[in-house]
Amino acid sequence: MANLEELQNLVVQVRRDILRMVHKVNSGHPGGSLGCTEFFVALYNEIMELKEGFDMDGNNEDLFFLSNGHISPVFYSVLARRGYFEVDELNTFRLINSRLQGHPTTHEGLPGVRIASGSLGQGMSVAIGAALAKKLNGDNKLIYSLHGDGELQEGQNWEAIMYAAGNKVDNYIATIDLNGQQIDGSTDDVLPLGDVAEKFRVFGWDVLEIENGNDLKQVIEGLNNAKSRTGKGKPVCVIMTTMMGNGVDFMMHTHAWHGKAPSDEQLETALAQNPETLGDY
Amino acid sequence: MTKYTDQGKQDTRSGYGAGMTELGRTNPNVVALCADLVGSLKIQTFIDENPERFFQVGIAEANMMGIAAGLTIGGKIPFTGTFANFSTGRVYDQIRQSIAYSDKNVKICASHAGITLGEDGATHQILEDIGLMKMLPGMTVINPCDFNQTKAATLAIAEHHGPVYLRFGRPKVANFTPVDQKFEIGKALMLSEGIDVTIFATGHLVWESLLAAEALENQGISAEVINIHTIKPLDEEAIIKSAKKTGCVVSAEEHNFLGGLGESIARTLAIHHPTPQEFVATQDTFGESGTPEQLMDKYGLNNKAIEAAVLRVMKRK
Repeated sequence: MANLEELQNLVVQVRRDILRMVHKVNSGHPGGSLGCTEFFVALYNEIMELKEGFDMDGNNEDLFFLSNGHISPVFYSVLARRGYFEVDELNTFRLINSRLQGHPTTHEGLPGVRIASGSLGQGMSVAIGAALAKKLNGDNKLIYSLHGDGELQEGQNWEAIMYAAGNKVDNYIATIDLNGQQIDGSTDDVLPLGDVAEKFRVFGWDVLEIENGNDLKQVIEGLNNAKSRTGKGKPVCVIMTTMMGNGVDFMMHTHAWHGKAPSDEQLETALAQNPETLGDY
Repeated sequence: MTKYTDQGKQDTRSGYGAGMTELGRTNPNVVALCADLVGSLKIQTFIDENPERFFQVGIAEANMMGIAAGLTIGGKIPFTGTFANFSTGRVYDQIRQSIAYSDKNVKICASHAGITLGEDGATHQILEDIGLMKMLPGMTVINPCDFNQTKAATLAIAEHHGPVYLRFGRPKVANFTPVDQKFEIGKALMLSEGIDVTIFATGHLVWESLLAAEALENQGISAEVINIHTIKPLDEEAIIKSAKKTGCVVSAEEHNFLGGLGESIARTLAIHHPTPQEFVATQDTFGESGTPEQLMDKYGLNNKAIEAAVLRVMKRK
């Protein structure tokens, strides 16, 4: 296992990247990105088995699919700091002629991205397809995906959830970011999700929970636990409770920062709460 | 004019099934998906011979499109199968984002297209699918005319990298193209040369165009008949060349005139060689229940309608 302190430093640096990217173009989605920072850092630096470089087929390595594409800032930062592309390129986020589109895409050839996402609810189906391809290829590596909780309101997810259990897609770990917030308010107010873990269970998944998805140690332990439960005839679901806007006090406990950029002053406050660790881009 | 012989009526969907059987034996990367319509898509032989390469997804077309996109990652060539209505409009956003924008090598294979689906009525008779699919950047759109050509097209799209929409139908229609004719994506086929008018036809209306050309020949009119099996990319060169020769054109398709082959031809000619054109197509309407023959007649999609359109357009020369 990598040094926890080093990973924690990376978490803080990624939070700085997210804030600075969104601030520079005065657009983007900081809330969910900040909430999922520990997950991305753990996944790409501790959990997944990755080859050097990038090719679309990704044979003989673990693959990740981001379904809730609006949290692209955290995805881009972690990909860059994992070496998929130069960290400086984070400067181009959402600018014209950039590979770092508002929502992730394969269209501009950004290494590390294997599917476009943004229109919600599509990533689980794609991840299942990639998992089936691995099985056909005799490739025993795993497929990971991340989904927002509000995103589960899209019906396609439930088609996919039914399919994965019914067809024993057991080389697949789907994580749900349970932050209880969506654009128009709390998920309970907009459209209650009910007991998400129980819903996955009755659909036939093996479900485990990470109580605090902003505790790096808990995230690593939870994902390692999930890994150990693959290959047993059931798809694995991780219900990960996170705090939207985590790491920036005024962005927490509200859905206001789902898709809003901080002002100059707010950026300074936010960065002061996340002091530079590995060097800004 | 060049004469063609019906080798025996067959449905184009069986041409797809025959193509899949062959691909199952020759291309180990080809996989098939189906949304609870195996019998309609005629792929039972593929399934029997390659059970591990078949994915039954149930009545869940959106999930099928996503799974197909995912299967390409790792090198598979997925062929999705359901009715044209459920292959396009129902899953447009899944195709747009996960397949077309993501440039995934998925073959969207759609049976029961158009009004000749017949008795099931308008809920199932999509007449807008060519338009929906041709509007997607990077999407290839193919509508073969008979059993042999559908089989050949099925084999050809497996060799082509990129998303493809392959449209075929339910009724048994004349099978007249050569059994061994290679299918070239994007290459129009000259079926019969003429000098007075050009009929550009696609799908089931190609045979009807040949029947119309024969009737017109008896009236002293020499009609050129060209099979536009690939609507996108369109063989603009063949279209311009023929329009320059004959000076007036008729487009014929089992589709709404909005968004169909006729509009693609009109755009091409408007830019390169403005030419009088008549459109044999449905007129911005839904279909209804009936036999395929009754519907083709009522909605003006048969050889009689093509013949009438030719007489109209020739007056506009």
